[in-house]
Formats: sequence, structure tokens, C-alpha cells
Amino acid sequence: MANETKTKSGISVSDFFSKYTMIIALVAVFILFYFLTEGRLLLPQNMSNLLIQNGYVFVMACGMLLCILTGGNIDLSVGSVICMVGGVAAVMITNKDMNPILSIVVCLLIGLLAGVWQGFWIGYVRIPPFITTLGGMFIFRGIGRLILDSKTIAVQNETFLNIFMKYIKIPGLDDGDFLITPMIVGVLAAVFVIFSTVLGRAKKAKKGYRQNNIIADYGKAIAIAAVILFYCTKLSQYKGISIMLVWVVVICLIYHFITSKTVLGRYFYAVGGNEKATKLSGIDTNKVYFIAYANMGLLAGLCGLLCLARVGSANGSTGTSFEMDAIGSCFIGGASAYGGSGSIPGAIIGALLLGVINMGMSIMGIGDSWQYVVKGAVLLIAVIFDVVSSRKKGR
Amino acid sequence: MNSLPPVFCKKITFDCGIFGKEDKTLADTILQMKSITKEFPGVKALDNVNLEVERGEIHALIGENGAGKSTLMNVLSGTYPVGSYTGEIYYEGELCQFKTLKDSEEKGIVIIHQELALIPLLTIGENMFLGNEIRKKSGSIDWDRTFNEAEKHMKQVGLNESAQTLIKDIGTGKQQLVEIAKAFAKNVKLLILDEPTSSLNDEDAKMLLDLLISFKEEGLTSIIITHKLNEIIYCADKATIIRDGATIETLVKGVDEFSEDRIIKGMVGRALDDRYPEREHKVSDEISLEVKNWTVHHPLYPDKVVDNNISFKAHKGEVVGFSGLQGAGRTELAMSIFGKSYGTGISGKVFVNGKEVKMNSPKDAIKQGVAYVTEDRKTNGLILGESIRFNTSLAALDKISGNGVIDRNLEQNAAEQMTEEMGTKTPTVNQMIGNLSGGNQQKALLGKWMFTEPDILILDEPTRGIDVGAKYDIYCLINSMVEKGKTVIMISSEMPELLGMCDRIYVMNEGELVAELDAKEATQEAIMASIIRSSK
Repeated sequence: MANETKTKSGISVSDFFSKYTMIIALVAVFILFYFLTEGRLLLPQNMSNLLIQNGYVFVMACGMLLCILTGGNIDLSVGSVICMVGGVAAVMITNKDMNPILSIVVCLLIGLLAGVWQGFWIGYVRIPPFITTLGGMFIFRGIGRLILDSKTIAVQNETFLNIFMKYIKIPGLDDGDFLITPMIVGVLAAVFVIFSTVLGRAKKAKKGYRQNNIIADYGKAIAIAAVILFYCTKLSQYKGISIMLVWVVVICLIYHFITSKTVLGRYFYAVGGNEKATKLSGIDTNKVYFIAYANMGLLAGLCGLLCLARVGSANGSTGTSFEMDAIGSCFIGGASAYGGSGSIPGAIIGALLLGVINMGMSIMGIGDSWQYVVKGAVLLIAVIFDVVSSRKKGR
Repeated sequence: MNSLPPVFCKKITFDCGIFGKEDKTLADTILQMKSITKEFPGVKALDNVNLEVERGEIHALIGENGAGKSTLMNVLSGTYPVGSYTGEIYYEGELCQFKTLKDSEEKGIVIIHQELALIPLLTIGENMFLGNEIRKKSGSIDWDRTFNEAEKHMKQVGLNESAQTLIKDIGTGKQQLVEIAKAFAKNVKLLILDEPTSSLNDEDAKMLLDLLISFKEEGLTSIIITHKLNEIIYCADKATIIRDGATIETLVKGVDEFSEDRIIKGMVGRALDDRYPEREHKVSDEISLEVKNWTVHHPLYPDKVVDNNISFKAHKGEVVGFSGLQGAGRTELAMSIFGKSYGTGISGKVFVNGKEVKMNSPKDAIKQGVAYVTEDRKTNGLILGESIRFNTSLAALDKISGNGVIDRNLEQNAAEQMTEEMGTKTPTVNQMIGNLSGGNQQKALLGKWMFTEPDILILDEPTRGIDVGAKYDIYCLINSMVEKGKTVIMISSEMPELLGMCDRIYVMNEGELVAELDAKEATQEAIMASIIRSSK
């Protein structure tokens, strides 16, 4: 502590590094693959696909984070729920020719129901989550296959695909090679980020609350705004904003809001931090577990639809081991394996890191097998780093 | 320690007859602990403690809860390794530097803890040789010899069971015997028993003590830690009294007065000075909390009654104390009232401000203006990995949120206000609470519950494990609470604290309310006496 160079505001270089380790790692991996792929990683098409291909991981990671927060508990059944929901949607839309909107609603309800089923056993009967969701993994996979009757069913319904996959193009604005809409959205978002920072500081100043460091606040805002603008220029050069991206961004924002700003979000951290103390503070801890898993089911249902729309078909092995991507993202993003700490931005960064590694290696033409090895190693290194550095800090 | 006791060591005195008088002291002393000092962050648990035990005696170690008895034994057994304390331990005349429990066991020092360290789903034999397994040459476990050896040692302690019986299938009395047999399997020379009879009924307890006496005649040395003074009188040759982490005196049977009254005097003998801030005692006639016929059963063993038919009341502006030994059922009483947080089969009635209320969850209790500050702040009170701010608001999140959305600025201000009121020393409220000292953690925990604005504050061991200065601050907070007309219920094992702070004191023992004393007239002797007289 003593010989660190602390500025007046209390931010030192080592603080900065320990706080933003994963972002720094992400940037480093990005630069590494930029050179390894001779710049192809940054091609607009690849940048656009990076988020769309991994869209379902981001959505799952949001739900998984809540489960992990409650005490390092994971949900193994996510991939199977995706298969089951995708199967139901494919059968309803293609085989039975039912209304796609109705099908979507029914599918989300089925996902929620699967989550409620597991949440009930975990929260109120206290069956260990690992076992409950392992059971769910088999059960829902089986149901999915029954529904699909061991076939691959394709979905070509326009309405359905448009809801999840269409690229937004406004006639008149986006007729040229360089699309205008993404730029407008990008500028608006960037302005919003900076404006809300200014506004937040002004509010604190007015009420006399303690201020954060001014450089840290604006530095963060400007960095986020720059990333948004950069990404949007890439989108402008390739197809524009897809609805999939909108879904992903909205879900991530909602869950970031829940975990960081709401009373409900607070409960997840409290239960994971110390369940007994939380219970004695008048919080219904059973309900917290229940909500975490019920919500995971709902998001898994949504992922089932996203995957179906993206791939265009569902079969008995859809979603296999998808849950592992979500779990890995959360842990790489700094969620504690014992619960109580972790964040949505962290999980997003974890998912991005995995996504960039995947994409970079694919561009380089390195096979699947090696991708698994590297992914596993990254996960392990990230968690080892986390455990060791927090041990140093703790003592 | 000048007067040597010839009375109870006759056999050994004869054996050592060849030594001169000076040498005899050395030869007879099996254990000598010299100026042992052990500090925990913020607390001095042991301060220059000396203990001398002679070969072939039963030596009792007594003192109030938290006096440092168990800490001393943990130092001896190597649970606290050499280097984590200062002072010297001589055992059989040689300086010992134990790094682990195993080191001391190799020398024949075996400690049996209050909570038995047996694994219920393993057999007696497996438990006895756990970590010490008898192996064949091939490296695999020799089960035949294991069970044979086990039964040999079980016979020594008079336990007639098969060594292949599961631990869960025998009673606590027999489990205690298994622990002793296990000690014999380790070639015990110095046996330390921490509250060996606390979970036994009278018959089993007497049998155990008789067993110890018969071992003594065979030359085994034991140290026994117990609260039950009648047991000490019954079996011990000497009693060393520890108070506030320091040895007070050693009483020798046959030389000193060796009676319950004398021991009690030694245990509580400190004078009451002004360690307690003055307060004008203004107890209102209005009753704020009344509990009638409250009975609580153990959560795991529903047949066991933890609190039996307890009725009490507390007035506005009053500090009501609950005294008793560990396991008297005080914490269980408080937690079961606080939204049924403990126990099953709870019956009885609670009245808050004269109205009967049903508190089925901590949430209900908080709504009724009741707060319970736990005795175990690390497991039940705080989320150590989170900030003071997070912890402060946890029991009253409604107060800093609207429509389920937390106002971070409001929360920050609330936490800052509570740290200031409680006098918590911390750079900022965003400090992780696990990094604070015990006293500051306790203040932060109090702040958390004060933020719920309770009318009835139940404090369970509010000053356990914190230093004198922080204790004083907490007493001042209690005074300011009752001056505002609120009620404080204080559970404490430190009798001087109760006498110094309370208006009225209830005494509990073995799940029953055994006495109600006016604090002005109560003495520590009276409290102790009422506990001991009610002990079965």
C-alpha cells in the first residue's frame, strides 16, 4: 500500500490494472489475432458476425450470472432447453403452420416453465442445483428429441425470421454502400453515454454526494463511446444493424440494470455472499434461488428461438454444450466460483474473449479441436489469475 | 505453585523417591506452559498465562466463556502453531515447538474437543484410526487388525460395542468414550478434555468422570475444561482459574479451600470499575415486548426441547439482560422470537406494545420494529466480501430504493451517516467489511440494524471478541438507545457487563428461565449460584 503511487483521487496504476484486467486481456487478445490474421479480424463482416454468432452466449450468460451469483451454482440444462424450445418452435411454425407470434410466446412460456420446475426444486426443496439441472439436462434433451422425432426441421417462415434475424435498413438512408442508420444510432448512443455521465456528476454535485474521480468517470465514458462509434462504422460497411444485435443489447442492458441498480439484483449478491446473514436480514432466500433458475429458463427459451432463427433449423443435437460457453464466460469475466461477485459487463467481456478467440482461430483455419484446447486453457488461466490475485489482496 | 501436593500423587511420589526435593518438582511436572501470550487481530486472548500440570493428576481449567481456556489448549496442541504465540511449552522436561496437531499427538498429547470430531457414517474402528490407519505391507489398510486394535482400546474404556458399528448408531455418551478410546490408540499420556460432559446426561457424565479417576490411578494425566463446578470438586486434584486471558490462581485440593463458592469467587473476582458509562435509569411502565410460554425444539432433533416454557417481559427504556452459560438456550430463544429463525415446533405468544403479533420470518420481525444483532457476526451477521455500504442497507433496502430500484447516492449517505453514529473507523463506506477489525465490524453490524430503526433491539453477545475501547463505545450506544425510550435486550456471558449495563437480569440454564434479578441487587455470585443450583 505504502509505496504505491497514489494520485490525489486515489487511483493508482496497479489499481487500474487489477480493476480492468479482463478488458486489458481482451484488448491484448484482439491485437494478437489482428496480427495473426493479418488484419482480417477487423473486416466489417467479421466484426458484425462476432456479436451475431455469439448472440446466444451473451443472453445465456446474463441468466447464468444470476445463478452463479447465488453461490457458484450453475445451470447445466440450458443447452437442452434450447433444443426443446427450438424443437417446439420448429414443429409449431413449420409442421403445424401456426402463427409465429403465438409460437414465440408459447416457446418463451415453455422455457420459463422449465426454469420454474428447476427453480422450485432448487429453491424450495433445496435439491442441489448441480443435480437438479443435470436431471433437467437429460429430461429436456429427451423431450426435445421426442418433439423433433429425431429429424431436422427447417424454419423458413418470413415473419419468424424477421423478428430475430433481419438487418435494419431504412429506405432512402441506407441505399448506398455505406449505411447511414448504424452511424446515427452509434452517434446517439455515444452522446447518450457521455451525456449521462455529465448528468450523473451534476446530480451528485448538486446534492453534495461524494464524487468519483473525474478522469476515471470521463475516461470510461469516452472509451465506451469510442468503442460504440468504432463498431457502428464497421456495421455501416456490412449489412447494418441486425435485429439479433438489438435483442442482445437490450437483454444485456436490462440485466445489467437489474444486477447493479435494483433491490432484486442486490439479493443475488447477498445470498451468494452469506446466505445466513441474508436470511436474518429479512430476505426470502428460497425465492432468490427460485427466481435465478426460473429466469434462466426464460432466457434459455429466448436463446432457443435466437438459435433457431440464426441456424434456420433445429435437430436433436441443437444447443449441445452451449451452457458451457455461458458458464465459461461468467467465470472468465470475474464471477466468483463461490458466488457473491461478478457482473454483467464482466460476463460480456468473458463471452467476447471466447468469441474473439474462436473467430480468430477460425479465420486462421485452425480446427475445432484446437479451439477447445485454447478455450479451456483461457478459462483456467482466467480463474487461476482471479483466485491468486484475490488471495494476495485478501491477506 | 510453591506448595507441592503430596496428597494425590502418592504413587508417583514413591516412584520418584530417589530424587531430591528440588528435582522432584521437575520430575513430577509433565507439562509446563510459561508466559504464553496469544493475540488475535485486535484482541489479546492470552496474556502471560502460566500453567503447570503434574504427572498423574486431573487438572481442571476453569473460567468464563471467552476467558481463554480453549485458546490455551489450542496453543498446547499445536492447533495454533509455534510462532503464532509467544512463550514456552515444556513437556516431559523438553521444550516443545509443535507446528501441527499431529506433532503434539506424537508426543502423547491428545485433545478431545467439545464438538466431537467423529464422522457419523463411518464405523467406530474407522473413526478411531482416521488419519492414522494401520496398513499392510502392500499399503492397503489392514481392516482385521484395525478392528481388533479398536476393540482392545474400546475395552479399556469399558465400551462394549462392535468396532464395526456406525458412529451414528451409538449415543453421545458412547461417542465420547470412542473419542477417549481413540486417544488411547494414539498412546495418550496427557489427555485434554474440553467440556466432555456438556452433551451427556448425569449418569453418563458420572461414568465418564469415574473412568478418568480410574485412568489417573493407572498414571494418566488429564486436563479437564468444564463449567460444571460440582464435577471439578468430584474429580479434580487441582484447578487453575483463568480470567480475561490471564491465570488468576491454582487451587489445590487438600491444601486450599476447594469449594464451589471459592471457585466462583476466583472466576468472577474482578472489581466493577467504571468500565460502564453512566446512565439515568428511567424505565417506563409501558411494556414493549412480552413473551409468554415460549417453547422451542431443536431443528434437527425435534424431540429435544431447547427452550422450555419461557415467559419474560421488557419495558420501554429498559436494558434487560440474559445471563447463562453457553448452551443455556439464550441465543435460541432470541432467534426463535426473531421471525422463527431457529428451531422447530415453536409455541407461545409474543406481544409487541401490548398487541399479540405473529412473526413468521425475519421480515415480519423487522416490520414489528424488532432487530436481532447476532453473536456470530461472521457467519450470521455480515457479508464479509461486501462493502460497509452494502451491508448497512441490506436489512432495510426499502428505505433506499423506490420501485425496486436502488438509489446509490441515498445508500451511500445512509451508510456514511450510520458509520458516523456508530463511530466505525474506516476510510470510506465502500471499504470491504472483512478488512475491518472485530470491533469495527461489530459497530458496522450494529449500524446495519440501527438503520432499520428498531424499537426493540436484541443484542446477542454484543462485545464478544472486541477490545475494551470498542466495548465502551457499544455500551454508550446502548445507553443512547434506551434514553430514546427504546428497549434493549442484551444476551451476554460476561456477567460484569450485564451487571454494569442492565436494569434487570434474567438467568437461564439448560433451556429454562431460572431466576429474575434486579441488576442493582444482583451479584455475580448470585447469578452463578442460581445457575449451579438449577443444574441437574
